[in-house]
Amino acid sequence: MGVGITVKDLDAWYGTHQTLFKISLDIPANQATALIGPSGCGKSTFVRCLNRMHETNASGRVDGTVRIGAMDIYKDAAPVEIRRRVGMVFQRPNPFPTMSIYENVASGLKLNGFRNRRVLDEIVERSLKHAALWEEVKDDLRRKSGASLSGGQQQRLCIARALAVDPEVLLMDEPASALDPVSTAKIEDLIFELKSQYTIVIVTHNMQQAARVAERTGFFLSGKLVEFDVTHKIFTNPGDKRTEDYITGRFG
Amino acid sequence: MDSNTQQIRTRSFAPSLSQTAIAGPSTSRSGSPAAEDPSPSPVRSFLHARGSSAGSDRAFRWLMVACALTIFAIVALIATELVMRSEMSIKKFGFGFFVHSGWDPVTGDYGALPFIYGTLLSSLVALAIAVPLSVGLAIFLTEMCPGPLRSPLAFLTELLAAIPSVVYGLWAVFVLVPILRAHVNPVLGATLGWTTLFTGPNYGIGMLAAGVILAIMILPIISSLTREVMSAVPYAQREAVLALGATRWEMIRMGVLRNARIGIVGSVILGLGRALGETMAVTMVIGNRPEIVRSLFAPGYSMASVIANEFSEASDDLYLSALVEIGLALFLVTIVVNALARLLVWAVTRGAPVRVAA
Ligand SMILES: Nc1ncnc2c1ncn2[C@@H]1O[C@H](COP(=O)(O)OP(=O)(O)OP(=O)(O)O)[C@@H](O)[C@H]1O
Ligand SMILES: [Mg+2]
Repeated sequence: MGVGITVKDLDAWYGTHQTLFKISLDIPANQATALIGPSGCGKSTFVRCLNRMHETNASGRVDGTVRIGAMDIYKDAAPVEIRRRVGMVFQRPNPFPTMSIYENVASGLKLNGFRNRRVLDEIVERSLKHAALWEEVKDDLRRKSGASLSGGQQQRLCIARALAVDPEVLLMDEPASALDPVSTAKIEDLIFELKSQYTIVIVTHNMQQAARVAERTGFFLSGKLVEFDVTHKIFTNPGDKRTEDYITGRFG
Repeated sequence: MDSNTQQIRTRSFAPSLSQTAIAGPSTSRSGSPAAEDPSPSPVRSFLHARGSSAGSDRAFRWLMVACALTIFAIVALIATELVMRSEMSIKKFGFGFFVHSGWDPVTGDYGALPFIYGTLLSSLVALAIAVPLSVGLAIFLTEMCPGPLRSPLAFLTELLAAIPSVVYGLWAVFVLVPILRAHVNPVLGATLGWTTLFTGPNYGIGMLAAGVILAIMILPIISSLTREVMSAVPYAQREAVLALGATRWEMIRMGVLRNARIGIVGSVILGLGRALGETMAVTMVIGNRPEIVRSLFAPGYSMASVIANEFSEASDDLYLSALVEIGLALFLVTIVVNALARLLVWAVTRGAPVRVAA
């Protein structure tokens, strides 16, 4: 089961440059929530605040509360504990180049001391199947390195790596931006399938994708959450003029 | 191939451009970018006029090949010279020279084994001390050091590399050796004596002193190169590990050290190269006695030291020839050790790409 996320008055900075302003929203459990908005509006920064990755940046600073389930992640827990529960797929694929495909997928579990080979094999296979990569790599799982894959394959490998640790929340920052339509469709199928067990937050520039996979959609603009509502409403009857301009392409 | 480049150089792109202009929607726009354009773009005409540059490229390639060949020539020259000048010793002792332990100019009995042993052992001790220290230092500097402290510390370690080795030798004689004799060796003898590596009379000078001073000397090389490769690992790699719930140390191990391992081994090889050939500082503290003793407290001798010490007093031809053959042995040992280290790198990284994806 996934868990819901409650964000209240979240501010974030890079150095003195404030990138998020008083973001408040409720992300429901076991649903997909899409975040849209123009480039540089703070979508990546926002999702990075949900697993405390933002503070790993030397100049990153956060203020406000984020609750995942009952836990206030900035008060009640250490970052490592949160990141084990909240998986992340980054905007740019970042597989481990010195590891084989198998090791890449197993890396999260190995890191945390999981050693059971038989179970590892199963998890690696299942994760790669989920990420729609299994068929392409099953013959050289241990021979090929993570860096020898194409850009889109690397992205799916990163998805598999995040899935392998079975997080309760999955943050996906433009997971399909480097993928062809077929793989994109597979990733969207995956999101549908995962909803029963995970809470998914997906950043996307593709409105159709947001409309297809997400129950709710949030529209960001210049570090502010302009509108957050049921996806259908955002795309058919937005409450804010700026949202309407953006989704109809009149933005700018 | 030549006619190909010729073709590319002379072919004009103008016709195809005008065709697309006609076919595409841009015809409706004012001003066609076609060949009949009265004022062609200065950038285009500049780039067209440059040609293929095949000639200068070829010249550059030969220049680089020449540079590479110079290296081969130098190595070959050194090797032949060493072999020629040690001919007398090679003829007299044969291969046995390298495995015989004896060094007596009076009776004319020469063997390289104690010197090979001394060079290898002191370098090994140096690596055992310097590698963990310098990797730790590099980790601290790249991953943990507070910003304002970073460059002074890095500068300081690099300064260590600039100190002449005779100064290290003096420091070792007056500071390091007394400390070893009075404080370190007794403790080592008491705690690790059972390994038989730390037994026997404690003079202070000896294999251990040589290893320690060598370690200090190669530390800046290894740590600055390690730091370099570690900071070249993309930040996204660290993020990827952190996002999996890694602690700081796990992040460094999996996201940094693992990606930098080839470079780290490379820097260790460079450090080892320096340790094998280092002469002055070692000569001043190793004890200069051609014996093979297991204990690190015992004095020894290294190949570079014996050449430096005895070359000027080599009174007869055989003596001189034997010393040159020691030089040949040092040359060979260096090559073999480097080859082995590279083999190790290859074995560790087989199949893995050398470069980290950006
Ligand atoms: N590492 C960083 N250091 C400093 N400023 C940053 C950094 N990363 C992002 N920013 C700034 O934060 C703001 C928000 O960036 P963010 O990456 O969250 O945008 P985004 O909505 O994800 O954009 P995109 O759709 O292009 O990925 C931008 O103005 C950007 O300049
Ligand atoms: Mg982004």
